[in-house]
Amino acid sequence: MSKKHIISLLVCIIMLVGIVAGCSSKTSTDSNTNSNEPDVTTPAEQNDETNETADETSDTPAEPVTVSLLIDNQAELSGIEAVIDAIEEKFNISTEIDLRPGGDESDNVVKTRLATGDMADLCFYNSGSLFMALNPPEHFVDLTDEPYMDTIDESFKLTVTVDGRVYGIPSGTAIAGAWLYNKKIYEELGLSIPKTWEQLMDNCEQIKEAGITPVLASYRDSWTAQLILLADYYNVHAQLPTFAEDYTANKAKFSTTPIALRGFEKLQEVHTRGFLNQDFLATTYEDALKMLAEGEGAHYPMLSFALPVIAENYPDKIDDIGLFAQPGDSEDTYGLTVWMPGGVYLNKHSEHVDALKKWAEFYVSREGIDVYMSAQKPQGPFAIKGIELPDDVWPAVKDTTAYFDAGNTAPALEFISPLKGPNLPQICVEVGSGITSPKAGAEAYDADVEKQAKQLNLPGW
Amino acid sequence: MGQMSKKNYSYTFLIPAALIYGILFLLPTILSFFFSMTWWTLTDWEFIGFENFMTFFKEPSLKIGFKNTLLYAFLTSGLKVVFGLLLGTFLSSKIKTKGFLRSMIFFPNLLSNVAVGIAFASMMHPSKGIINAGLSAIGIKGPDWLGDPRIALLSVILVDVWRGVGIATVIYIAGIMSIPRQYYEALMIDGGNKWQSFLHITVPLSRPAMNTVIILSLIGGLRSFDLVWVLTKGGPGFTTDLLASIVYKQYSAGFYGLSTAGNVMLFIAVAIIAFPLYMFLTKSEVDL
Repeated sequence: MSKKHIISLLVCIIMLVGIVAGCSSKTSTDSNTNSNEPDVTTPAEQNDETNETADETSDTPAEPVTVSLLIDNQAELSGIEAVIDAIEEKFNISTEIDLRPGGDESDNVVKTRLATGDMADLCFYNSGSLFMALNPPEHFVDLTDEPYMDTIDESFKLTVTVDGRVYGIPSGTAIAGAWLYNKKIYEELGLSIPKTWEQLMDNCEQIKEAGITPVLASYRDSWTAQLILLADYYNVHAQLPTFAEDYTANKAKFSTTPIALRGFEKLQEVHTRGFLNQDFLATTYEDALKMLAEGEGAHYPMLSFALPVIAENYPDKIDDIGLFAQPGDSEDTYGLTVWMPGGVYLNKHSEHVDALKKWAEFYVSREGIDVYMSAQKPQGPFAIKGIELPDDVWPAVKDTTAYFDAGNTAPALEFISPLKGPNLPQICVEVGSGITSPKAGAEAYDADVEKQAKQLNLPGW
Repeated sequence: MGQMSKKNYSYTFLIPAALIYGILFLLPTILSFFFSMTWWTLTDWEFIGFENFMTFFKEPSLKIGFKNTLLYAFLTSGLKVVFGLLLGTFLSSKIKTKGFLRSMIFFPNLLSNVAVGIAFASMMHPSKGIINAGLSAIGIKGPDWLGDPRIALLSVILVDVWRGVGIATVIYIAGIMSIPRQYYEALMIDGGNKWQSFLHITVPLSRPAMNTVIILSLIGGLRSFDLVWVLTKGGPGFTTDLLASIVYKQYSAGFYGLSTAGNVMLFIAVAIIAFPLYMFLTKSEVDL
């Protein structure tokens, strides 16, 4: 072999080693992210000590620990931030907030970060079907045997339970999927709260005659189009209590169950009767809230998590906003469809699991809730036993709690069935803007749900 | 040192590049063919044959997706070819503000698709947008550009052409500049006019440029995603869904096997259209 050969061979070897070294160092950081959080500032050994001492003497402030928290950027943070400050003072655990997009993109971010081992220590995410789709036992700490579990509301626990084990605590209050309405318009026109769908449509007709938009729709943000369908679930449940179970087991379909199909029909009816605002396909969620607060529109079918947004942007208008449940066809079955609070989940692969458990315990304690409410007004009842809401809550929240006190509530379908087809927002826009018929929309949704069921590997599909 | 080692000698230099290409491009491609035939949760998989493809074909929005993608690709490509040629001819003629105009035409290319999308989404708002405000000033009631299912896709196509015509123009200018002056002189001596010089010299002799524009914009159009996602998210309903946006939605729903199958189909569709077209176009090129 000549010198040239040897040199070229050497160069090749060096380059190869370079690549391999590059790859291997990459994989080692990857595996690091699996077990440790990259955001953590304290060295690993020190943390181990911290955890031990913390275990022994839990009341004295321990060595500082930093944990990360992943939450969507549309959530109201002031309550959570207040609790975070209290936790830092009490336990010396500081929390870094890591924002992720909300809405349509949120699933993507959470699923990708879980799959790549890049999840934060604490994950704020929906409960119910979206949470079930994450394969919780793989990623999150089992909280079933924590001492505070008895205080958590049973109906909430169901939405974060997989195979009998509980994986989350409530991140906030329960909210309503209902019709927000402008009370001033109702007063001026002398309208009363409708108890049936027909009464509601009559109200809309009168509002329309008065020259005000009866129903606000914001289908530019397609998720908002689902509300009329989803908020109708109380009525489905009242007539067919086994629907959720049958639907999950592939025995009932939206398109063939008349009461379930009603939701799609109602969604289309507000459009065909001309109750919607002009340009509803170009209207966004924020636009619609503005129109509701300023009295340009009378109703907005929405989740009550919109209330803090209204309170922040139009503080003098929040007392004009009331809320009522989407009525069914008969006055006898009248009640509210409820969205359970989202959950807080503890990353199983975090190196601060003990600190996280303390964090969670404080978060759901009476003290923690008081700190939370001192900074942020509740949007509905907490899913924790024995917590009373103060008297100065917004009128729409009072309306919400009235349904709870009367016991006329049912959780939304997505909290009792793991099935929620991902294309529902688009399908609802199609039905709600008259592109397809309710029946065709329901059939398209059934097909969409089938894909979801197969991906989840549910029995019976 | 025999014949063999002399041959192998050059290959050793290829190893680093081949490895990078293999690991980052070939391996994922092969894996995607495999995973498209599995039920896959990222941590767990099960081989299910062609079921994903069957599901994808049964997808009601897929039909719209295929139709839209083809319409989108051919229309954007066609419009870019025509406008690019006209602008290219204009901007390679002897006009004073040539440099300024050329930068103007090219400028949209420097913007990110997302920024373009957000800007146009607000300009195309049916009542508050600047486009319809301008139209109503001269007495025309503008349509709901992105909300009307009949024209939403066309609106997106127009934005894409606005943004992409600069590249086509630049390629054409390069092509036209490389046509030797003698041809034009010969035509002038024979008494030909401007129109004839355009039709019989510029158009046929800028064929290589045209072919590049066609291929680039067609492939770009077939796999287009970002602009349509920012402008309409495939909506209203599914009316502006493209193959790429359908695949993306499947992925974000957690249907990993299914979305991989969609990507494989997109790959095949692009290959089926692009390769024969490329062969055809290069065959019919005229030599200078």
